[in-house]
Amino acid sequence: MKTVSSLALAFFASGLLLVVPVRSLHAQTDCLSCHGDSTLQDASGHSIGVDGNKFHSSVHGSLECSNCHTDIKGYPHPDKPAAVQCETCHAEEASALAGSVHAKASEPSLHGAPNACLNCHGSPHQIVAKTDPNSPVYPLNIPKTCGVCHGNAAMAKKYGLPNVYASYIDSIHGFAIGKEGLLVAANCTSCHGSHKILSHRDPQSSTYRTNIPATCGSCHVGINEQYQKGIHGKAVAAGNPNAPVCTDCHTAHGILEPTSADFRMQSTPVCGNCHRDKFSTYRDTFHSQLGLLGGYVETARCWDCHEAHEVLPASDPNSPIAKANLVKTCGRCHAGANASFVGYQPHANARNRRLNPALYYIRLFMNLLLASVLTFFLLHTVLWLVRSRFQQVKSKPAGGKNA
Amino acid sequence: MPDDVESAMKPEEAVQPRESSVAVAAPEARTRYVLRFTLGQRYLHAVLFTTFLVLAATGLTMRFSGSVWAIRAAKLVDGFGTILFFHKFCALILTLAFLIHVREIVARGLFKREKGIFWGPTSMVANWKDVKDLVGHMGWFLGLGPKPKFERYAYWEKFDYWAVFWGMVVIGFSGYAMWFAPFFARFLPGWALNAALVIHSEEGLLAILFIFSIHFVNTHLRPDSFPMDMVIFTGRESEEEFKNRRPDEYRRMIREGKSAARITDAPPKWLINFSRVVGFTAILIGLTLLILTLSAYIAG
Repeated sequence: MKTVSSLALAFFASGLLLVVPVRSLHAQTDCLSCHGDSTLQDASGHSIGVDGNKFHSSVHGSLECSNCHTDIKGYPHPDKPAAVQCETCHAEEASALAGSVHAKASEPSLHGAPNACLNCHGSPHQIVAKTDPNSPVYPLNIPKTCGVCHGNAAMAKKYGLPNVYASYIDSIHGFAIGKEGLLVAANCTSCHGSHKILSHRDPQSSTYRTNIPATCGSCHVGINEQYQKGIHGKAVAAGNPNAPVCTDCHTAHGILEPTSADFRMQSTPVCGNCHRDKFSTYRDTFHSQLGLLGGYVETARCWDCHEAHEVLPASDPNSPIAKANLVKTCGRCHAGANASFVGYQPHANARNRRLNPALYYIRLFMNLLLASVLTFFLLHTVLWLVRSRFQQVKSKPAGGKNA
Repeated sequence: MPDDVESAMKPEEAVQPRESSVAVAAPEARTRYVLRFTLGQRYLHAVLFTTFLVLAATGLTMRFSGSVWAIRAAKLVDGFGTILFFHKFCALILTLAFLIHVREIVARGLFKREKGIFWGPTSMVANWKDVKDLVGHMGWFLGLGPKPKFERYAYWEKFDYWAVFWGMVVIGFSGYAMWFAPFFARFLPGWALNAALVIHSEEGLLAILFIFSIHFVNTHLRPDSFPMDMVIFTGRESEEEFKNRRPDEYRRMIREGKSAARITDAPPKWLINFSRVVGFTAILIGLTLLILTLSAYIAG
């Protein structure tokens, strides 16, 4: 196999023979006369071959080699040419990257690539437009590209990266991208941006808590409108950082189809994180008892009655739990629901005498009945057991199975 | 225990009289049996305990749906739909059995004017003797007097009967109120549907705790019956056993000259074996459910 040094030696020898001065290199063809050999390697064994055809059809195909490899003016050139500076042309992207969470990743030592840009954009001489299905940053390819680092458990552990590829790719977005090839489905960059990815703790970040509704809303316009009208959206807009945003219920990466059993099972307790008393009384009801076990997911969850996005208090006439709307709301599941039926209290508290006196006394009566019957008969049974045993032993003084 | 000792003890065990100080060692051929329960009554009990076990198992899973075992059980049968289906299915069977029983009582007691349905020694209705028996029995527990002479149905058996009767009305009614909530809401206020669940689950728990602890011990597991009283399965008990357990009924039987009609042959071997398998399975399931219930209570 040829190496640079042997080639250089050959050139040097021919130069001596022909007494040709150092040639200046301009055209790609000049460089490709050596680097067009795909097996070409530098002294440390890295390939330095360039596929001329692919380079020509790349976005940079019209450029001269020296436009990027600026320190190479002619031949022979230094053994170790300087690293290519993409920011010479792509200044905006470079400065965005420099301020991002990936700024550190641009240290060349980190991933072995000579230039951070290449981690995502791929082989430097084959960079194609992001609209080209071969591009690693084509929408359908982005999850896999980001997943090289963010789906690698060992790497995630070593550098403390969020390892989210697996949960994303199984999500409703990941399914749309990976299985259905849906270009408009959210890929990593849809929410995180591309060059200026900021930590979700940074208020400027598109994934900062209070920015999330706007981020998701850039696609889910209708849902965001409903959310903004609801009590949670208003609270977030008013600066309440504890009010729930999209990701609190839907999670960030492993977003499930909201009608799926898994989603309905997993999201019910989320509301209970804040609405503790309502969740506790919900847990006492048949809705919850049925719903907890799975397989019967159509039992009413919080959002089935309260709406998921346009959550409004009962005092609001537009609320599904406003008194005038209850027959309709309950009637979604309970065919034949009437005015008396909706008098059922889905959050009744049988332990609270003030709020639910009838229920409180019924429960008290039942508990007393339970306690008195069981206590009396327990005593009765224990005494009987002891007496019978005594009688049995007495009547069979010697031998016998239990003597 | 060495094998020879165990086998040597077995015959003695088999003829050991219950509550009796007189050992009866009559050969089996001469042992006479008395019919205590008709085939219909035995079938009723079988339907009752089979559906009750399923209702209890499914009901407890719903009642303690947050517990580990409930969630596992639900997963095992592919979620809640199956559990609710079996609960409702057995509820229907049990309701049917209950209605057949009530129909029989009404027919025999009201239309045919059969004696002994609503009063007298053969009735399930409590009477003054039951009060005396209860006091006397408690006295005997404490060594304060002789053991009362029980009639056909002792006071605790009548309590069992009425507990189940009342339980079926209450649990059944509240259950159907929840099942057909919009229909029942035509006659009931909305909060009654809240009350239905409280009543249904508390009364159900009472039934479960009562049957799986007190009924099991009183009827099957106490030393005189241990490990199981087979009479509800075979329908008959030996004359000696019958005489010792229900002396008043025995005396009445002789007095009324009805003994010939009630004397029957020994239960066939297959029936005894079958009853053992069924009975022990039921008791085992019941005790398991009792432990699960108590564990769910303790775990909160």
